[in-house]
Amino acid sequence: MNARAVGGRNPRNAELVLLVFALAIAMAAYASVGLARNGAIPPGMAGYGAGLGLLFGIAHVALRRFAPDADPVLLPAAALINGLGLAMIHRLDLADIDRAQRLGRHTPTPSAPAQLTWTAVGVVLFIAVLLLVRDHRVLQRFTYTAMLAGLVLLLLPLMPFIGTTINGARIWIHAAGFSFQPGELAKLVLLVFYAGYLVVKRDVLALASRRVLGVDLPRMRDLGPIIVAWAASLAVLIFERDLGSSLLFFGVFVAMLYVATERRSWLLIGLVLFFSGSFLAWTLFAHVQQRVDIWLHPFAARNISDSSYQLVQGLFGMGSGGLLGKGLGQGRPDIVPFAKTDFIVAAIGEELGLTGLMALLLVYAIMVQRGLRTAVAVRDSFGKLLAAGLAFSVALQVFVVVGGVTRLIPLTGLTMPFLSYGGSSLVANWALIAMLLRISDAARRPTPPPAPALDQAKTQVVRL
Amino acid sequence: MSELTLTVIRLGFLAVLWLFVLTTVSVMRSDLFGRRVAPRPAAQRAAPAPRATRPPKPVKGRRGEPSVLVVTQGALAGTSVRLGQAPVTLGRAQDSTIVLDDDYVSTHHARLFPRDGQWLVEDLGSTNGTYLERAKVSGPTPVKIGVPIRIGKTTVELRK
Repeated sequence: MNARAVGGRNPRNAELVLLVFALAIAMAAYASVGLARNGAIPPGMAGYGAGLGLLFGIAHVALRRFAPDADPVLLPAAALINGLGLAMIHRLDLADIDRAQRLGRHTPTPSAPAQLTWTAVGVVLFIAVLLLVRDHRVLQRFTYTAMLAGLVLLLLPLMPFIGTTINGARIWIHAAGFSFQPGELAKLVLLVFYAGYLVVKRDVLALASRRVLGVDLPRMRDLGPIIVAWAASLAVLIFERDLGSSLLFFGVFVAMLYVATERRSWLLIGLVLFFSGSFLAWTLFAHVQQRVDIWLHPFAARNISDSSYQLVQGLFGMGSGGLLGKGLGQGRPDIVPFAKTDFIVAAIGEELGLTGLMALLLVYAIMVQRGLRTAVAVRDSFGKLLAAGLAFSVALQVFVVVGGVTRLIPLTGLTMPFLSYGGSSLVANWALIAMLLRISDAARRPTPPPAPALDQAKTQVVRL
Repeated sequence: MSELTLTVIRLGFLAVLWLFVLTTVSVMRSDLFGRRVAPRPAAQRAAPAPRATRPPKPVKGRRGEPSVLVVTQGALAGTSVRLGQAPVTLGRAQDSTIVLDDDYVSTHHARLFPRDGQWLVEDLGSTNGTYLERAKVSGPTPVKIGVPIRIGKTTVELRK
């Protein structure tokens, strides 16, 4: 295995094996939900498996065709999480339908088919990114276009008519019967901007500094970009009431600044700005205060039946799951509000237990590691920064979601990449993985053999 | 569905999930522990890049002439290259005779080549330089047997 996997062999073959494995796990999850709930393999299983298999197969063929040297692990990891998420969403659908029948209510539309459709859209976008971006360095040309596009996408939900407020956050747009969170795509576009911008400015940001108390502090005027990023993420927090995205945009910017300059002082400045911003938000906004109160006192009488109900039920769910979990289809993850989106981690924790949740987190960790490894291996600085940013954004997002659900940090309301129900997030993450694979293809492509010496070149006598 | 069957399914699923993680890790293992530069079984060791280095006709060395280049320190320690008439290249490039996977080594780092019965070492404009004993190599420099040539974390020397 060890030498074969890399020693010049085609990484796509290893990928195919892992992909089949991932698909089998997703199918097994789906089947075991059916077995536990109805005592039979669910009837939709064949269609579900065929659909998912077809999508992953197409993605795999696209990689063979357009990025043959790309990392073999990223796609199977994404496929596994996506498949597991689908099975979990299907399982929660069943619970919702049961409850509606018990209460004699109107049967809700199941979410799993919609999620499968969104997976298809995601795979299409995945292939489109691989096709359109044949060399990731091309993206560097669109640095400032990306900034503009990112800002427009971020501001779209604030526009009248198309922007709508759902569950307190104004991060949705509605158009032609579809609703979408443009912030998810804005994340990707802004990462391109960050990388392109920092590649150019890194020297100024790294070199010009004064030494104060053993820390290299940058000049005041070089603080501009970080202040702008900070103000923009505060604006997202204030006007769109989206804690998670705000944290994500700023965190990723600070991390990329650190990667670009190798200066710890940027981390320090970033942390100071972050905490001052958080404090500011906490003193000014009731909804932030409420989040902190839920975090610190979830079991207080004033919260438990109302604002912290979701968090507490999630904690009880994971607690009842214990080490080995209740088993798929055998717990009650549906008690938690928004179990399909924000609290899908709690649902996984309840039914697969700590053991399953750890495996899932490891798959995320592997994904992030492959991204960072790509950043180390790729030969150009823009690619390095972009890959590091993409990988870090996944890591930060997973941390923020899992941290929130497990009450390590206040709850914010981001989606779990690939796992949560939600089209915008899923589609954007497939595009993210496509970009990482594109960079990793460039990083792992063997260098071409040197041109043959002139005296060894094939020659031909031309008879006249 | 009996309780027992469901328990078996439940635990089996967790086991399979972990098996996936472990399989994935084993695919990545090569990256975690450093990439194997090229499969170099013992039999092949003498001529890692056959086309470039296999001497057309091994010159039976006169006495005092080196016949082998040995890596004495670094990740490839123990590897040896039989010397012929062809030059030996060292660097990170995959087409080098000795491929050094080391951050301190340039793509085309250094070259050893024979001229007038003796071997010379030449730096190919590397970033971190090539050192013959303690001296930095600036132009083609004759190498004596047993004198260490240092490139990044790797040391090589000529032997009889």
